[in-house]
Amino acid sequence: MLYFILRRILQIIPVIIGVTLILFILMYVIPEDPAQLILQKGATPEALANLRAKMGIDRPLHVQYWRYMRGLFSGDLGTSYRYGRSVNSILAQHYPYSIRLAFAAIILEIIIGLFAGIVSAVKKYSFWDSLVTISTTIVVCVPVYWLGMILQVTFGLKLGWLPMSGYGDGSIKYYILPAITLASVSIAYVARMMRSTMLEALSNDYIVTAYAKGLSQFKVVGKHAMKNALIPVVTLVGLDLGALMGGAILTETVFNWPGVGRTLYLAVLQRDAPVVIGGTIILVSIFVIMNLIVDIIYAWLDPRIRYEKREPGL
Amino acid sequence: MVGLSIVLLLVIIAIFAPLIAPFDPISRVKEDSLLGPGRTYWFGTDLLGRDILSRVIYGSRVSLEVGIIAVGISVIIGLLMGALSGYFGGASDAIIMRVADIFFAFPYILGAIAIMTVLGPGIINIFIAIGLLGWASFARIFRGSILSIKNKEYIEAARALGASNYRIITKHIFPNSFAPIIVYATMNVGTAIIVEAALSFLGIGVQPPTPAWGKMLSESLDYIDIAPWMMIFPGLVILITVLGFVLLGDGLRDAFDPKMKQ
Repeated sequence: MLYFILRRILQIIPVIIGVTLILFILMYVIPEDPAQLILQKGATPEALANLRAKMGIDRPLHVQYWRYMRGLFSGDLGTSYRYGRSVNSILAQHYPYSIRLAFAAIILEIIIGLFAGIVSAVKKYSFWDSLVTISTTIVVCVPVYWLGMILQVTFGLKLGWLPMSGYGDGSIKYYILPAITLASVSIAYVARMMRSTMLEALSNDYIVTAYAKGLSQFKVVGKHAMKNALIPVVTLVGLDLGALMGGAILTETVFNWPGVGRTLYLAVLQRDAPVVIGGTIILVSIFVIMNLIVDIIYAWLDPRIRYEKREPGL
Repeated sequence: MVGLSIVLLLVIIAIFAPLIAPFDPISRVKEDSLLGPGRTYWFGTDLLGRDILSRVIYGSRVSLEVGIIAVGISVIIGLLMGALSGYFGGASDAIIMRVADIFFAFPYILGAIAIMTVLGPGIINIFIAIGLLGWASFARIFRGSILSIKNKEYIEAARALGASNYRIITKHIFPNSFAPIIVYATMNVGTAIIVEAALSFLGIGVQPPTPAWGKMLSESLDYIDIAPWMMIFPGLVILITVLGFVLLGDGLRDAFDPKMKQ
């Protein structure tokens, strides 16, 4: 098991380095001078040159990259060009909003997704099954920001039940619309997966035995079938948590949510390279670490995975 | 069949847009600003008095172009990388698969935004951004096919007959991997259309006055309360188009592998 975990951790390192390198090159080739961004218009050429030298951005790309990576390994993500603040503090300010929204979305994903999937499987080929199958097919094709706008108009503007955007005082009503928007596609995937794993579980002999013993459908489904059907779904939810915690650029932009996704989007538009690179590193790290945790749990549950012969290149 | 019908209809609309669209999608009629759906303007008009229906019809061109060309770029890069990785193995396999891991971990929308920021807005740059970000899945699929096929007798026979690596890959391996690649590519066209619309929605994709569905949605944001039709119709056509490609992909998968119908 330890070998398995070590191997997976070692595989993460080149991914993180690769992501930083790609972003670094992308941000480096942007034809805009960070010194100009900081000093704004009217700065003298001398002042610009001084600042460039002080920031080290007059050095070649590989020197800058090496310096950045040294800082990164000591936990320093650099300083924002726009705000003059450390990237660590900017991300620390916005991350809690994204994490809270991600958890709200995951809760919806679990409740609605599992319920829809179970109903669909238990009432196979019924009206409810068709409804779940059709609606999940449609939902995965809906652009999230459009869904967000529809919800804003319907529940915010026309009915006036919920706030249209923003974080407000942080009460639950501010979470509902963005969380539904963020969770929509994931709900559909969870429902689909729950349906198929539940159908598989329900076809097992022990389920027939449980019915033969006279157990109620509620007990058979909730106690016997559910346990086995849930494992792949838990994996999916775990991976989703990693993806959603990285902030959701589109959802956060539509709902004016002060999370890290919107911060990153604004930073890209403002050419604020340290925020873009630092934010993305954290985002990718969370994603790959959640992947790792899910893999470890899976390997713990299923010993065949940790002992599997390593396929070349994988 | 539904998917194929939607996609065919969309292609026809895109090709014959000048004949089908009732109005010029760019010309402004100031006095017809923000008119609701009616007899003259079926889908209503926007702030500048432009016909939404005509803009939706012309917008299909951008979406289809992006979907097909961007995914085409992904497929070409993916096949090349997959072939290098799966057929030749060794160091090239390890390196390419690690690079693929990086692209898998990279947040798709953020990556597309970053590339567009560097390249600047415009449809050609959208092809490049979406095309560059999507190759890894195709490389994995092609590599998997190659690994399962390359040691089969008929490949050894071809090699024994003196066939070159290029010939073995293009004539013997690729036709056998064609089905999963075409299915995945079809579904990916839908994803590319959504990403293009998202980029245009965020203001870094297709630039005005070119009609693009995502751009139309972002233009509707300020008039969401007084002119909701500006938002409803472009969103609906994105949904129907993506649904069409997803259903077409499903249908193709069933056609290639009848067992999947179950």
